Amino acid sequence: MTLIDLANPSKFLSLTARVLPWLAAATAIVLAIGLYQSAAAPDDYQQGATVKIMFIHVPNAWLSMLVWGVMSLAALGTLVWRHPLADVAAKAAAPIGAAFTFLALVTGALWGRPMWGTYWEWDARLTSVLILFLMYLGLIALWRAVEDPSRAARAGAVLTLVGAINLPIIKFSVDWWNTLHQPASVMRLGGPTLDRAFLVPLLVMAAAFSLLFVTLLLAAMRNEILRRRLRSLQMMQARAFSSEVDTGSHEGNAPKPKFGAA
Amino acid sequence: MTVLAALIRRDIRIAVRVGGGALIGVLFFLTVVVLMPFAVGPDLALLTRLGPAILWLGALLASLLTLDRLFMADHEDGSLDLIVMSRTPLELACATKALAHWIAAGLPLIGATPVLGLLLNLDTRSTAAVALTLLAGTPALTFTGMIGAALAVTLHRGGLLLAVLVLPLSIPVLIFGVAASQAAIAGQSFGAPFSILCAVSLVSFVIGPFAAAACLRHGLD
Repeated sequence: MTLIDLANPSKFLSLTARVLPWLAAATAIVLAIGLYQSAAAPDDYQQGATVKIMFIHVPNAWLSMLVWGVMSLAALGTLVWRHPLADVAAKAAAPIGAAFTFLALVTGALWGRPMWGTYWEWDARLTSVLILFLMYLGLIALWRAVEDPSRAARAGAVLTLVGAINLPIIKFSVDWWNTLHQPASVMRLGGPTLDRAFLVPLLVMAAAFSLLFVTLLLAAMRNEILRRRLRSLQMMQARAFSSEVDTGSHEGNAPKPKFGAA
Repeated sequence: MTVLAALIRRDIRIAVRVGGGALIGVLFFLTVVVLMPFAVGPDLALLTRLGPAILWLGALLASLLTLDRLFMADHEDGSLDLIVMSRTPLELACATKALAHWIAAGLPLIGATPVLGLLLNLDTRSTAAVALTLLAGTPALTFTGMIGAALAVTLHRGGLLLAVLVLPLSIPVLIFGVAASQAAIAGQSFGAPFSILCAVSLVSFVIGPFAAAACLRHGLD
């Protein structure tokens, strides 16, 4: 079973139909373990119970970047290998990535309120995540602006790859901009060394969110494939109907309805 | 080479002609800068402090305004198809078109900067700093914006979608453009932000034409 075998949407549908329940169950189990461990984790000596927001916040932030990486791979698949499912994957991943980014921002704001005394700080990391969110929204707007999926796929693929090149540049420039304006005003959690009591639940939660992403992505891809099939069936039906009308009543001057994006 | 020179001459000639829209950008730039004092108040000291930022923001929006015509006009009259089919590499043709657009629409913005600097109570040194950073930075705006213009023409949706797609990509240019101007005014190290601004421009020269050409090649059919 290679990636090329999955090019047939029917094979992909039958495979995911078998895999998805197991994935969903695995996600639920790992998420339950992670949530239990997070709840059982000790309070931070400085931050108290609010440190537990981290177990939701950090996996969301990781996933927000990982999803763009997955979309970039899918974009390469669209442009280079013309894999028929690559654009389905890219389209399905964008809203999921936007949701993870949004949750990272919201949980960050909720965490920032008790810790920093403000919901929003023009901190370098926060700012670059916000820009990432804007780029997700732009990409979704691009997908929604075009009716023809294959045309939207190629445009979206180019934009995704340009974003993948630009995001590190934006990240770097925002870091630079931030240090120029307000050096180190933000309190940081005790550096890179995280205690085991926090690290283990965090990694379990990260695994759970990654599984959740894969599950949601496969489910969304199934929906997208079915939606496209429905669309082409509807178009076939409309075409059959219109040719019937044309031959039935001889109104040659009636303009023919046009299908698909011109 | 003669093909590319002819393309530059043609694009500039069309841009400055009636209905070309090169001067609309300058007019928009002027209007945005004139609007600012109404928003922040006629406090000259405050305007001096905000001046570089206002000029940069105005130039950014003005260069965005004219960008959707970059490929759209050629697409409407069919000459874009000829450019795509010609033997000249499409990447080179895209770069040439962006260069012509920058000469026609970007250079006038820099020419207008000293006048607008007077309105914002900037001294000669600050105005020169802003003009210099605009000279280094606006090509990057045109070349990254070209990607958005190519997307817009293949999708038959211009205007707003282009702005939404291009503005996040222009953040580095804005950051380093304003930082370099501020550094020059405050007498801090001007070299570091200015060289990074030039680097961002150079990177956009590489990425922009290839991405735009990829869009056009895959999108037009």
